[in-house]
Order: sequence, then structure tokens, then C-alpha cells
Amino acid sequence: MIKYVLKRLLMMIPLLIGITIICFAVIHLAPGSPTDLQTEMNPQVSLEAKERLRAMYDLDKPLHEQYFLWVKKLAVLDLGKSFSTDHRPVTDKIAERIPITITINVLSMIFIILVAIPIGVLSAVHRDSLFDKVTAVIVFIGFAVPTFWLALLLMILFGVNLGWLPISGIRSLNYEYFTAWGAFVDLMKHLLLPVVLSAFGGLAGLSRYMRSNMLEVIRQDYITTARAKGLSERVVIYKHALRNALLPVITILGLSIPGLIGGSVIFETIFAIPGMGQLFYMAVMSRDYPVVMGILFIGAVLTLLGNLIADVSYAVADPRIRVS
Amino acid sequence: MKSDFWYRFLKNKMAVAGAVVVILLFVVSFLSPFISPYDPNEIDLTNVLSSPSEDHLFGTDQLGRDVMSRMIWGAGISLKVGFVATGIAIFVGAILGAIAGYYGRWVDAVIMRFVDIMLCFPSFFLILAVIAILEPSIWNIMIVIGLTGWMGITRLVRADFISLKERDFVQAARGIGASDFRIIFRHILPNAMASVLVAATLGVAGAILTESALSFLGIGVQPPTPSWGNILTAGKDNIDIAWWLSLYPGLAILITVLGYNLLGEGIRDSLDPRLRE
Repeated sequence: MIKYVLKRLLMMIPLLIGITIICFAVIHLAPGSPTDLQTEMNPQVSLEAKERLRAMYDLDKPLHEQYFLWVKKLAVLDLGKSFSTDHRPVTDKIAERIPITITINVLSMIFIILVAIPIGVLSAVHRDSLFDKVTAVIVFIGFAVPTFWLALLLMILFGVNLGWLPISGIRSLNYEYFTAWGAFVDLMKHLLLPVVLSAFGGLAGLSRYMRSNMLEVIRQDYITTARAKGLSERVVIYKHALRNALLPVITILGLSIPGLIGGSVIFETIFAIPGMGQLFYMAVMSRDYPVVMGILFIGAVLTLLGNLIADVSYAVADPRIRVS
Repeated sequence: MKSDFWYRFLKNKMAVAGAVVVILLFVVSFLSPFISPYDPNEIDLTNVLSSPSEDHLFGTDQLGRDVMSRMIWGAGISLKVGFVATGIAIFVGAILGAIAGYYGRWVDAVIMRFVDIMLCFPSFFLILAVIAILEPSIWNIMIVIGLTGWMGITRLVRADFISLKERDFVQAARGIGASDFRIIFRHILPNAMASVLVAATLGVAGAILTESALSFLGIGVQPPTPSWGNILTAGKDNIDIAWWLSLYPGLAILITVLGYNLLGEGIRDSLDPRLRE
């Protein structure tokens, strides 16, 4: 097992190097110098001051040298300073916003698992039933619906017309007066729509996947054997079939991570949630390059870690993987 | 073989429905100057945010422009973005996949590692980062959506090439001295086109969804050019007073994407009924 984990960790190194090269290349696509943005508005900036600014961000050095300097800083988690007026370190800005983003994504993941797996299993077991047909239609629409639009509709319904749920931020204005339990309920109310909506895409995908997987397993010989020795249908389905059909789900969940993280930009912007996605959006709008590059990098690393966790848990769950 | 395809395709009601939606969208896009009831950019400040009526079937927006006309013109925009972006993705994806699958060994290893690296990035992050640097415009988003969406096609084409390159007709072509270039593009690639066609149809749907999300966030198609996504932005800004700005453009996106998805799956099932789950 330890050997397997070490092997997977080693395989991450070239990917990590590739990620840094792409992040670096993206930011250097910019025509002109990134610091132009800070100086172009001000005609009084002298040429000398511009040069000093360039030197401050190492932009006066050759490209490969800039890359190595950047990676060296990256190794100690120094992502540079934000271009915005507060000039705070990018790492700090991301660190204070990442917990809420990860909370929402983990909750979405749990929601996906709790809803999609039963739907997939039930529609496979009762193939071609009304339930199967209705969920098939819903799933198909689920693949096509723009989730940000669904967010707008749900905001209109629950926020504006019914007034049941708040539609922006993560806390009510008067949250300081709430008890601990009240504050928790308040937080959950704010997070309900964002969590459900960011789970939406994964929900459709996983339930479809679970269904076809389950159908595949039910056809196997050992299921016939289990039935032949007289086990009840319930034991056959929920003990013999389900366990085997569940295994590949781990991989699918791992693959859904980039989508969830990417979606955080949309939902955090719509619902005004102060997370990493919203920070990314604001950095893009104000062309705060160090923050953009930092979050691009962190997003890719989170995906990489998510895939590692998925692969390792698969190996824990299925001994066959470890051997091959 | 071909008539089999059409027979199966026309018998599949969902696929035909998808094809009808797609054809209708083409018609609307090409005829938009003639069928749009108003000039999509005509501002009428005396008629701001008026709800759907006989004069304006889908209402008017915050500048008094007719929403239906803007949606009709927006259909052409999303069609353009969908096709150009997918074209770029197929071009890059097919060439890289062909080279990786045909040459194998280290060439394959390098290309596939590159695919793995690209797949680590949440594609929406990558798109936003590039747009932040290049200025949002319809051309830039087409290019960026295309350049971040080729990885799946590379994997498909590579898999096809690996199984096709050992086949007799390829050996025969090699035997009569055909160049690698000729074998790849004249002999193998046409045989790998079926899976690419399916991926492309589904890819157009994905590109339209991405474009609408970008335009909704204000970093895609820039106003005053109408796009379904940027009408929805106005919908969000006026969420408590103008539901029609949110409802109709979203429905248009939903139906369009549904149409392409149905068409894509229909083509796949008709090309090879065994692929059906």
C-alpha cells in the first residue's frame, strides 16, 4: 500500500511541473508588461520609475530566469503581492477565502453522493419502470440546463417571491445577535442554494453512471450464482451487486472536482459569497495578475490532490488495483 | 451502411427532435435580419423594462430594447461561438491524437502527459485567466474555449488510431510506400471521424453553455452585441422586477443545448447501435 502511494506521489511531480509551466505561460501571454496597467493611467510616471517597478516584479530578467525565480518562491508558498491597492500577499488573500469554497464543494460532493447513488441504483434495479423513465428525462435536462440560469430562477422563486431563503452573502446582517445554533442555521440557509446548484451537474452525471454501472454488474455471473443459491433479491442487490458497482464511483467523484472548483466562480459571484471563486472573478475583472496566477495554480493543485485522494481510496477499497 | 445509418437515425424520435431544433436555430440565425421584429440595438427609454405584451412578446430590457429581437440575433452569436470553438478543439485534438496514436512511444507519452496536465486545470479557471489577459471579445472567447476543450478529442482519436494502425488496409498503404502524412490523413483519420463527429456535436453544446456563462459574468460577448448570456446579466440586475429577462434567454440556451445533445447521442446510436447502453 505504502509503495502504491509513493508511486502515485512520484507520478504527480511531472504534472506539477507542467502546471507551473502553463500558469507561467498564461500570464506571459499578455502583450506588453503586466505592470503597464499600474502606470498607463498616470502620465507622470517616469521611465525610470517604470523600470524600477519592472525590476520589483523581476520583469527585467530573461524569461527562463523569471520562471525559476517564480517557482523558487512558489516552493515556499510565496505567490507574490496583489496589484490591488491593498498590496497584500496573494497567499494571505487566498488563504482567508479558501475555507468557504472548500466547505461548499465538500457539501456539494456529499449531496451528490447521497442523491445520485440511490437514484442510479433504483433506476437500474427497476429498469424501464416509470421511475427510471422520469429520472432519465430529468437527468437529460440536467445535462443541458445552464446552472447559472437555474440559480436565477431559484433566486426569483425562493428569494424574491416566497422570501424563504436569503439570496446573497453567507450571513444575515444581524447574525451577531444570533445564538450559536441560530448562526449555524443562518449559515446553512445561505449555503443551501449554492450547494444544491453546484451539485447539479455532478448529480446528473453520477446518477447516470451509477445506473449503467449497476446494470453491468447485475449481468455478471457471480450475481447469477448468488441468486441460484437462493439468496433473497435484497441481499443480492444491496450486498453483492451494490458493493462492486460502487467502486468506480470513487474515480468519477475525483474527476468531478475540477468542474466543482471551476463552478465556484459562477456561484460565488451570483450569490455574493466571499470565497476563492469570487476573488478570482474580481481579480480577472481588475487584471490583478498575481492573484489570477495564484488561484489558477491553486485550482490545478486542488484538482491534482483530489485525484490523488480518489486513486488512493480506490486502492484501499479494491485490492486488485494495488497489485497491478 | 449509409442507408442503415439514416434508417436508424430517422426511427429515433429523440434524435430527429434534436435535429429539428438544430436546423431551426440555423434558419433563425440566417434569417435574423428579416424575422426580428425590431432592431436589436434600438434603445427606447420611454419603454424600459416593460413586461411581455403584444408589441413586445418577450418584453423589453433596461434600455427599452426588444428582448425577442435580441434573442433572435443572439442565436447567431451562440451558433458562431459554438462552431468556431468546436472547430478549433477538433483541429488541435484530432492532430495531436493522430500523432500520439500513430507514432506511439515517447511522442505518445509526451502528448498524453500534456493532456493530463491540461485536464488538471478547472477549464473555467483557465478560460477566465486567459480572458483576463487578452480582453474579452467574441473572437478571444471562441479561441480560448477551443484551446481548452481539445483534450477529450485527443483521447478519442488516439484510441481509434491505436486500433486502426495495425489493420490490413494501413499495412497495405505502407507496403506501397505511402508517406506517414498520407497514411495518417488519407487512410486512418477518415475512419476515425465517426467518434469525432459525435464528440463535436456534444462539444458545440458545451461551448454554447460556456459562452453563455462567460457572457453572463460580463467577460464573454460584450454589449451592445446581443447574446443570451448577457441578456441574463440584465435579468440578474433586475431580478426582483423583470422575470422575463431571466426566463426566456435561459430557456433558449436549455433548448439549444438539449437539441445538440439529442442530435449527438442520436448520431452515436445510429452509427453503431452496439454503443448504446
